[in-house]
Amino acid sequence: MSLPNPRFLQRQTYRRRRRADAARILPTLGLALMLVPLLLQTSTNATLDVPAARTSMVALFVFAVLAGLSVVSFFLARAMARDEKEGPANLATSLQERETDI
Amino acid sequence: MNTFNLLVVVCLAYALLLFAVAALTEQAARRGKLRWARSPLIYTLSLSIYCTAWTFYGAVGYAARSGLEFMTIYVGPTLVIIGWWWLLRKLVRIGRMQRITSIADLISARFGKSNGLAIGVTILAVVGTTPYIALQLQSVTLSFDAFALSQERSGFGASAFWVAFGLAFFTIIFGTRNLDVNERHHGVIIAIAIEAVVKLIALLAVGGFVVWGLSDGVDDILARIDSSPIAHWDVRPGRWSALIFLSAAAFLCLPRMFQVLVVENSDERHLRTASWAFPGYLILISLFVLPIAVVGLDRLPAESNPDLFVLTLPLAAGQDGLAILAFLGGFSSATSMVVVASLALATMVSNHIVMPIYLRMISGSGASVSGDVRDVVLFARRFSVAAVVMLGYLYYSLSGGGTALAAIGLVSFVGIAQVLPVLIGGLFWRAATRIGALAGLSLGFVIWGYSFFLPSFGPDVVFSSQVLLEGPFGIQALRPQALFGITGLDPLVHAVVWSISLNTLAFVVGSLMTFPTPIERLQGAQFVNVFDHSAGPRAWTAASAQSEDLMIMAQRILGPKQALSLFHNEVREQTGRPGRPGDLPVPTPEFVGKLERELSGSVGAATAHAMVSQIVGGSSISVQELMAVADETAQIIEYSDRLAMQSRELEKTAAELRTANSKLTKLSVQKDAFLSQISHELRTPMTSIRAFAEILRDGGDLEPHDTARYASIIHDESIRLTRLLDDLLDLTVLENGQVNLNIRRGMLNEALEQAVITAASGEDGHRIKVRRDANSEAVELSTDFDRLAQVFINLISNARKYCDARVPELTVAVQAEEDTVTLDFYDNGTGIAPEARDLIFEKFARMNTQRAGGAGLGLSICRQIMMRLGGDIRFIASDSGAHFRVRLPKDGQTA
Repeated sequence: MSLPNPRFLQRQTYRRRRRADAARILPTLGLALMLVPLLLQTSTNATLDVPAARTSMVALFVFAVLAGLSVVSFFLARAMARDEKEGPANLATSLQERETDI
Repeated sequence: MNTFNLLVVVCLAYALLLFAVAALTEQAARRGKLRWARSPLIYTLSLSIYCTAWTFYGAVGYAARSGLEFMTIYVGPTLVIIGWWWLLRKLVRIGRMQRITSIADLISARFGKSNGLAIGVTILAVVGTTPYIALQLQSVTLSFDAFALSQERSGFGASAFWVAFGLAFFTIIFGTRNLDVNERHHGVIIAIAIEAVVKLIALLAVGGFVVWGLSDGVDDILARIDSSPIAHWDVRPGRWSALIFLSAAAFLCLPRMFQVLVVENSDERHLRTASWAFPGYLILISLFVLPIAVVGLDRLPAESNPDLFVLTLPLAAGQDGLAILAFLGGFSSATSMVVVASLALATMVSNHIVMPIYLRMISGSGASVSGDVRDVVLFARRFSVAAVVMLGYLYYSLSGGGTALAAIGLVSFVGIAQVLPVLIGGLFWRAATRIGALAGLSLGFVIWGYSFFLPSFGPDVVFSSQVLLEGPFGIQALRPQALFGITGLDPLVHAVVWSISLNTLAFVVGSLMTFPTPIERLQGAQFVNVFDHSAGPRAWTAASAQSEDLMIMAQRILGPKQALSLFHNEVREQTGRPGRPGDLPVPTPEFVGKLERELSGSVGAATAHAMVSQIVGGSSISVQELMAVADETAQIIEYSDRLAMQSRELEKTAAELRTANSKLTKLSVQKDAFLSQISHELRTPMTSIRAFAEILRDGGDLEPHDTARYASIIHDESIRLTRLLDDLLDLTVLENGQVNLNIRRGMLNEALEQAVITAASGEDGHRIKVRRDANSEAVELSTDFDRLAQVFINLISNARKYCDARVPELTVAVQAEEDTVTLDFYDNGTGIAPEARDLIFEKFARMNTQRAGGAGLGLSICRQIMMRLGGDIRFIASDSGAHFRVRLPKDGQTA
């Protein structure tokens, strides 16, 4: 078995950490987007220039954001699952061995 | 058969189906075939108990009243679960590491296993959840009534009771069948997953029917929304953000959510799937809420209850089958919520309230009750389940079920959200303390109760409308819904803002001002840095691998033979046939428990538990367990210390015995030598006495001078015998310490003078000149002078006998010190041969047999006398002459 390319490994762990970052940022982004409807013009303070937002439009927006979050989360989760599979498998086995070796 | 009867039949059949599925799952779990039941999909579906009957019926009503605001209830949980990496992963890891059984247990464990905190959280949870359970019962009753009305039947007022009864029954059967360390309930989870699918399908079916059956597709629906009463975007920003926060908090803190999220989680990686699948589920379940509300508002009479649009729309359209499906969906939502909520609450109530009280009550009797406790815990669980469900029923029947569904749900949310600051603080802030947590929780609880829970009963129920308007005793600042005189806040926003902010403030300030106990600090570190303290997610280990691990461990501890027979017996019990070599039993809970007991016999209970759970549970060891292990180890160390000490003592005794034995052997040899010596010494004079006595008796013709000579020989020998016997007697007396000393004061020179005269008067030996110094001899002593003189006589006689100089000369030098007097006797002869020097003080030791006058006991007697007088006599090795040194104390104390 040839030695793995260290640069490749490093790059991989770097990517992995960034994916974890993304997983942390995602809810913040979601919250920010979910607060956008608060900025919309309501019927009480609507003007002629900026008419009041319609519920149907906001509903579409909210569902789109939720769906978007869900899809991004899906790809993140899949990438993380792949990371884990490729990850330090031998570390896991050595842990297993150590645990029986009480 | 009319629809209503059909409904009852379907309902019962559905309940039976759930019972059967749960029972089958439990059976499979016992056989260890649970892989499918513990899949990420099932986990995701089980999370859907977030969507209760409130979601199912109430969301439509909410939408009909307040437009899109209902969506916030889904946004909070979505944000929490897509942020799983940040918070839920930690929560689940901690839950597994610390074997957390409920949210109360988590808070209590984080703050040093404080049962006070656990009780607080439990009470909060019970108070917050009871209205919620009532809400579920109400929704089921309302939905029954909807059918009854459409069928012109009298309402089934009692249905709520029977539903409550059935739910309690189900929960007791499947939730409290046995005690699992991890509090996982496979049957319940599978039943919930099925219900999750049923309610989703039901809502989608109704939604589909509304969009494509009652309307003309998506565009038509959007147009209908735009022309409905809720067409305009009338968002209330305060409520919108407060509700997002609340629903997120509730998703984490509601006891039933905590149960499925953390306690029932069998693999951390399931979160990954849930992170996208659960938002997907929420999107699907909320997708048709708005269309159903709009179409309902449009088509149904104005006075109809918007909370029941899901049911009444199909009924009004004559779709009885769809209506029954919708009913089943609502029924599923309600039942799954009540089952899990009562299970979670029962765990908390029995673990943190009933059991501590029970244990305190029986601890007086002092009996060890390890056997009985299991039954007691189970009974407490069952009792708590029944009590919680019945409490919900009571709340329902007392409150009359009048309020809109969503309002009750929100009251519960705000109540349970009070746990959030403590939970988040406990997970991320090491300095958070128990006192701070208690302060925050109590304050939050009080504000919630005062400003939201009690007023929620309506004016003039708990608070009079006057109190609500003007505050208690007219104090405006204490108006329940306008604290500190700040008006203009929506009651919900008001309650959230004040309770959460003051709660957090009290928690932070309390934590900053107090000091955590050691166990709090330990637990804090374990919680906050949980990823440093634990290994990564464990793979689902195959049963055989676990058994092998257990076998290896058991062999090490019990010994190979015993471990093998234990495992073989288990194989025989499990399969009903004798185990072949290589067969391993399935690690069922019973077997693992048995093994743990076996091991605990060898290594102690805590150690055994820690070892077994390392292999089986994959959970790490808690601080308590570590302490118990340390205790056991300390006991073992102490025991082995005692053993080592005992063996050291034994060794010492054995050595002493050996010394004593060799001494005795030596003494016996000495005694034998002494006896042979003495008989020899006695025999010599006796022989000559007998010989000369025979001559005198037989020979009559002896010359007179010959007769006289022979008689004098006999006389001399007799004297010698007598002297020998005297000496022996003397020595015996001295050695046995039976001598009576005649201590008196006197002068040393007198004793010396007497000794010189006495020694000189003896017949044998040469004349010897004794040189003395009169000045130095004038020492006053207190001793036995007769005995002392005996020593001096002996020394002088010896000099006379053995000094081989031409002109023998003995010098006696006296040196008086403070308490002692030293006398040196040295002559000018050749002295004593080096090889004989060791022996001169022994009995019968004589320098040279030819010139021997005495029996060789003299110096022995001298040494004994000096010992008695408290001094000593030593031979001083020198080149010229024999030199003896006598030392004796001036004060004649006797030894």
